[in-house]
Amino acid sequence: MNRQQLAAWAFIAPALAVIALFFVVPVVAALLLSLTDFDLYALADLRNLRFAGLDNYVHVLSMPLFWRAFGNTSYFVVIGVPLSIAVSLACAVLLQSKLARFKPFVRTALFAPVVTTLVAVALIWRYLFHVRYGWVNHLLSQVGILPIDWLGDPDWSMPTIILFAVWKNFGGNMIIFIAALQAIPEDLYEAARLDAAGPWAQFRHITLPSIAPTLLLVSILTIAGYFQLFAEPYVMTRGGPLQSTVSLLYLMYEEGFRWWNLGVASAVAFVLFIVIVVVTRVLLFATRAEGRS
Amino acid sequence: MLRFWAMGREGEVAAELVAGFEREHPGVRVRVEQLPWSAAHEKILTAVAGDATPDIAQMGNTWLAEMDALHALEPLEGLVDVQQRLPAADHFEGIWQTNQVGGRLVGVPWYVDTRLLFYRADLLRDAGHPQAPRSWVEWQAAMQALHAGAVPHPMILPLDEFQPLLALALQQPEPLLRDGGRRGNFDTPGFRRALDFYVEMYRRGWAPSAGEGEFGNVAQEFGRGRFAFYITGPWYIGEFRRRLPAAMQERWNTAPLPGPDGPGMSVAGGSSLVVFRRSKLKPEAARLIEYLCRHDVQQRFYGLTGNLPPRRSVWTQPPLATDDKARAFRDQLERVRPSPAVPEWERIVQEMQLVAERIVRGRMPVPQALQALNARTDAMLEKRRWLLDRGSS
Repeated sequence: MNRQQLAAWAFIAPALAVIALFFVVPVVAALLLSLTDFDLYALADLRNLRFAGLDNYVHVLSMPLFWRAFGNTSYFVVIGVPLSIAVSLACAVLLQSKLARFKPFVRTALFAPVVTTLVAVALIWRYLFHVRYGWVNHLLSQVGILPIDWLGDPDWSMPTIILFAVWKNFGGNMIIFIAALQAIPEDLYEAARLDAAGPWAQFRHITLPSIAPTLLLVSILTIAGYFQLFAEPYVMTRGGPLQSTVSLLYLMYEEGFRWWNLGVASAVAFVLFIVIVVVTRVLLFATRAEGRS
Repeated sequence: MLRFWAMGREGEVAAELVAGFEREHPGVRVRVEQLPWSAAHEKILTAVAGDATPDIAQMGNTWLAEMDALHALEPLEGLVDVQQRLPAADHFEGIWQTNQVGGRLVGVPWYVDTRLLFYRADLLRDAGHPQAPRSWVEWQAAMQALHAGAVPHPMILPLDEFQPLLALALQQPEPLLRDGGRRGNFDTPGFRRALDFYVEMYRRGWAPSAGEGEFGNVAQEFGRGRFAFYITGPWYIGEFRRRLPAAMQERWNTAPLPGPDGPGMSVAGGSSLVVFRRSKLKPEAARLIEYLCRHDVQQRFYGLTGNLPPRRSVWTQPPLATDDKARAFRDQLERVRPSPAVPEWERIVQEMQLVAERIVRGRMPVPQALQALNARTDAMLEKRRWLLDRGSS
C-alpha cells in the first residue's frame, strides 16, 4: 500500500468505524438473534437460549397477526403513498402557477406539519377526531352527517391514520417537487401554448415527463418510509381497535419490547426489510421497462 | 443514595412520603424517579436487561412472576422484618399470594386494587330494585329493568379492558391454566359460563360495544344517568366525589361484584414494593419498605392518593373504617383471587380479551374462539414447558 492509499484509508477510517459499530454490528446481531428464541428466559440465563434456525420466520409467517399487520401496512402504503404524492404534486404545481398569491407564506404553512413533533400533533388529532367531543364530527354534524367513530371503529381507524400521515408528510415531498418544477425551462411551456396546448396537456406532456426522475425518487422514498409506519398507531390507537392499525413495525415493537421476544421481533424486522427491497425493486424494474418501451 | 422508581400518581406522592423516611434515617437519601404507567413495564424490563435497575421499585403485582423469572428480585424474607412489622395474617390473603412466587416472598403489598360494581342507587330503585344485585341473576334482572326503562345502556363495559371478564372468570372453580401453568384451560364449563354472561351483556344491548376511549367523561355521564353500572377500581371513589355535585353523592354507591350465586370473587390487583437483586443498598431499601408499609404512613398514603391499604389493621381506623363508599372494597378484598403466576400471563390475558372482543363484535363463534385461545396460550407457554421439563429431568 503506498502512502496515498494509506492516507485515504486514514481519512475514511473514522466514518467506517462508526458505520461498522452502529450499523453493521447491530444488523448482524439482529440477524443472529432472529435465528434464536431469545426471550425473557434467555435474558435471565443464556443457557435458556435455543438455536431456532428458521423457526422464527416460519412462526412469523404462520402468525395470523403478522398477516393482519402485513395487510394493514399494505393498505396504508397502497392508499397512503399515491394520495400523499398526489397531494404534494398538486400543491407544488398550484404554488408554482402564476395565479398563486402569498407564495412564501402558503409554502411555509403547507410545510409546517412536517416540522411539528409527530407525537404532539398525533395527540391533537386524536382530540379532533374524538367521536363525541371532536371538532371533525361537530363540523360534519352541521351538514347533517352522523358522528363517525374515527379511531374507535375498526373500519375507520386506518383511513383516519392515512389522513393524518398524508397531512403530516406531504409538505416534504412538495418542496422536492417545487425544486424539480423550477428546473423546467419556461420556453417549453411557451412553445406548447403557441401550439394551443391547454393546462392539462401542458401538465401531461411537459411537467410529468420533466419531473419523472424526481417522481421515481419520491415514490421510492415514500414507499420505504410508509412501510415503516409506527408512531402514528402507537400514539393514536395503540394498534387497536381489533388490531386494525397494527403495522409491521408496531408488531415488531410489541414482540420485542412489550413481550421481549427478541428472536421473533428480529425476524419480523428482516421480513419487513425483504418486503421493502422487493417492492422498490419491482417499482424500479417497472419504470425502466416503461422507459425502454 | 437509594433510587426508588414509582409510577404515575404514586410517583408524585412518593417524594412527599420519603421526606419523612429521610428525617428518621439521617444519612440515607432517597431519589424518587417517576415512570408513566404506560411505559413502566417496558422500562423496567429494559433496566433489567441493561443492568440499570434501581434499588427499590413499585411494581404491579401481576408482573412479579415475570421479574422473578428474570432473577431480578431479591427475596424479602430475610431482609424485611416480616414477622414483626408485616405479618401475613394482617394482609388480605389473595393479595399476599400474588407476592409469593415459587414459595418465596418477592414483594410486599403497597396498596391493593380490585374491581367491583359502582352503581346509581336512585336509578336502580326507580327501576324496582331497592338493593344492589348480589348474584348474576339479580344483576341481569336489574339491567333488564333499567334497559326497558330510563337507561337504554345501563352498563359500561369497555371492550379493551380485560379486568371485568377476568374477574368473572376468576369466580369459576376451574383454574385458567392447567398442568402447573403449562397449558391454557379456557375450554371449561366455568370459563364458558363467565364468557357467556359477559357476551350476553352486549347481546341484550345492556352494554354498548365500544372501547374505553369512547365513553368520554365517565364521571359526567354517570352523573347524567347515561349508565347505572360500572365495574372499576377504587380510584373512582375519589373521581366521583370530586366531579359529581354534592346532591349526587347520596345517589351512587359501591357493591361487591356479583357472582354466579351470591357475592363473587374479583381480581387481586395493586402494586407491591420490591428490592432488586443488583441493589447495593438492600438493608436501606428494606428499611424504606418497612417505613412505607407502617400504619401512619399508609394512612397518609391513602389520604394523598385514595389508594387502598393492604393491611386489615389500617382499615379498622378512620377515615376508612367510616367510609360508606369504601366498605364494599373492604368486603371484596376478602374475596380476591390472584391470576396465574406465570411470566406469560400478561400476554395471555390480552389474548383472552381480544378473543372476547372478536366474539362480541360477531367476528368469531364462541367454540372456535375458545379453541383458538387455548391453542395460542399453549403456544405462548411452549418455552415454559420446555424449561420445566428440562428442570425436572
